[in-house]
Amino acid sequence: MRHTIAVLVENEFGVLSRVAGLFSGRGFNIESLCVAETTDPGVSRMTIVTAGNDQIIEQILKQLNKLVPVLKVIDFTGTETVDRELVLVKVNADGDGKAEVLRLVDIFRAKIVDVAPRCYTIEMTGGEGKVSAFLQMLRPIGIKEIVRTGKVAISRGT
Amino acid sequence: MQMNGAEILVKALADLGVDVVFGYPGGAVLNIYDALFGNTKVRHMLCRHEQGAVHMADGYARASGRTGVCLVTSGPGATNTVTGLATAYMDSIPIVVFTGQVPTLLIGNDAFQEADIVGISRPCTKHNYLVKDTKDLARIVREAFYIASTGRPGPVLGDIPKDVLISTAEYNLPKEVRLRGYHPNYEGHPRQVESAMRLLLSKERPVIYAGGGIILSNASEELAELARLLSVPVTTTLMGMGAFPGNDPLFLGMLGMHGTYTANMAISHADLILALGARFDDRVTGKIDEFAPHAKIIHVDIDPTSIQKNVPVDIPIVGDLKDVLRKMIRLVKGKKDAAAYRGKCSAWRQQLSTWSKTHPLTYKESKGKIKPQFVVERIREVTGGKAIIATEVGQNQMWAAQFYTYDKPRTFLSSGGLGTMGYGLPAAIGAQVAMPGTLVVDIAGDGSIQMNIQELATAVQYRVPVKVVILNNGSLGMVRQWQELFFQGKYSQTCLPHIPDFVKLAEAYGAKGFRATKVDEVAAVLKKGFAAEGPVLIDIVVDPAEMVYPMVPAGAPLTKMLLV
Repeated sequence: MRHTIAVLVENEFGVLSRVAGLFSGRGFNIESLCVAETTDPGVSRMTIVTAGNDQIIEQILKQLNKLVPVLKVIDFTGTETVDRELVLVKVNADGDGKAEVLRLVDIFRAKIVDVAPRCYTIEMTGGEGKVSAFLQMLRPIGIKEIVRTGKVAISRGT
Repeated sequence: MQMNGAEILVKALADLGVDVVFGYPGGAVLNIYDALFGNTKVRHMLCRHEQGAVHMADGYARASGRTGVCLVTSGPGATNTVTGLATAYMDSIPIVVFTGQVPTLLIGNDAFQEADIVGISRPCTKHNYLVKDTKDLARIVREAFYIASTGRPGPVLGDIPKDVLISTAEYNLPKEVRLRGYHPNYEGHPRQVESAMRLLLSKERPVIYAGGGIILSNASEELAELARLLSVPVTTTLMGMGAFPGNDPLFLGMLGMHGTYTANMAISHADLILALGARFDDRVTGKIDEFAPHAKIIHVDIDPTSIQKNVPVDIPIVGDLKDVLRKMIRLVKGKKDAAAYRGKCSAWRQQLSTWSKTHPLTYKESKGKIKPQFVVERIREVTGGKAIIATEVGQNQMWAAQFYTYDKPRTFLSSGGLGTMGYGLPAAIGAQVAMPGTLVVDIAGDGSIQMNIQELATAVQYRVPVKVVILNNGSLGMVRQWQELFFQGKYSQTCLPHIPDFVKLAEAYGAKGFRATKVDEVAAVLKKGFAAEGPVLIDIVVDPAEMVYPMVPAGAPLTKMLLV
């Protein structure tokens, strides 16, 4: 089962490799990992998406908690969260395709951030399903390049 | 007062009560060696290899309970510590290793004698630091010792670039350590402890399975008290040898691959296992699906990651064993159920005692050949069981665990988790430095001893009177044993035809050397060797065909033991 885990860590060099090393050293896979500073510049927040059975996830959570620079670990499974991914996608935009791209951008509330004679670069944020659906619709038009951030998540309410 | 980084480090060590540092100098740490010169508080012992230095710090820590300290240079000096760090990490031993590093500006440039030791040692240290500023140094030293010795202990590494050692800063050693993300949980949850005791008292065939955690938390007395209050039999892991008195009638011996018949049968027939500071290592469990098939399991450990890692646990308790055992004792001491419980389990104890009588640890005498087990028994006799025993790794280690009775904690020092050949001699030296008045014996094999034999020079230089007993069977005995049992006797690369003359080698180093080749020489040679002053190496030529029994083949259940 997939789990989205938030990890608050001391904002110091080497923390990322400690966390990543913990996964690789035990043969656990990271599907995506996002890191940035929080409101406290001394603290960074990582959002990690990983998969495993209950026993593996329990080990991952405990091992993360064990790292000295880790301040807090939250597993979002079973809780109400808002999560988003950002994707930048470069698509063909010539002939009929151009109008279709504009239509899809409108439907998915995406944004064109760069225009070239034969292609558009589009920015879109949304849940994983929305991003995947958008990319699926664009695929027949001709996707040249994709870059996705991986998931960031925050709990709902206070 | 302004001091340079090297002076800050040495003063911090002195202020933290460090009396000895095991090390090896080099370019990147010249300033530290300069600051150590003539220092009367912090004594430096020059080892002959950095691996030896780390094992000495480790042996010092295991024997004394204090944190061992090691100092080496950058690059190869640092990488040579990795095996020692991994050894200490696997066995949760508190040591702090300081490595020199190239100047900050050169880090990452492939500078001379540069190695990313913080990166390299990350998976085999509890925590590590790269000190980037002289003003952080004292705080980091303080934190390193704190992290190494608290919670589940372990090795911590501090990597110090040369410019950080040269620059100056105000000396300011913090009184307290504040780490936002590090809060070991010492107190076992009272309700969990109560549930555990309720479960225990509801069962009739209990076994206490005690590991090295008992020794690390100094909880041996509490363990003995609880076991005796309820008359619960005790088995220990290799790391737990000495955690419970080996001469107590409740002691079943070690369990696992080379454990006793009684201990392995006890686990396999128990209806309750109280696991204390042990981690269900695969050398203990055998085939995991058939481990303790009838038992409910209570698992106490200070490290939550150890719980539920290998086996499902019915009642987990995170906490320091001393605290948890005290709570458990409080719940049963003087209570009627304790006495009733002793009665309820008497049939179980009877069964265990029958197994012990029918299947004791034993070996077959063979005319004219010295049996290694016989040697270990004589060592026990000659030392009166009062020695600290260090071991190398392999058959020597298992015989040392099986045939010497350990009555007290911190008297059996062995690389349990990593199985590091070459551990014993340096660890014995470290232990002897920590416990100067005690007889320290390294039970060695001819293979293992050659991995760090250069440390004899360290022992001679500092007049550390360790005694090494080599059970010389001319081979890498344990691997040879596996080849005999599982590879049709094809002894691929396990015979050691060019073994040095250990007696001459000892003498070449300036130590004393003795040899026994006949059964009736053994006790006399041991007596003579142990009584001699200074470091001594005793070469005992043993039966090369002897094997370690009982043995549970890897992956087999504990009940499928090969017996003598």
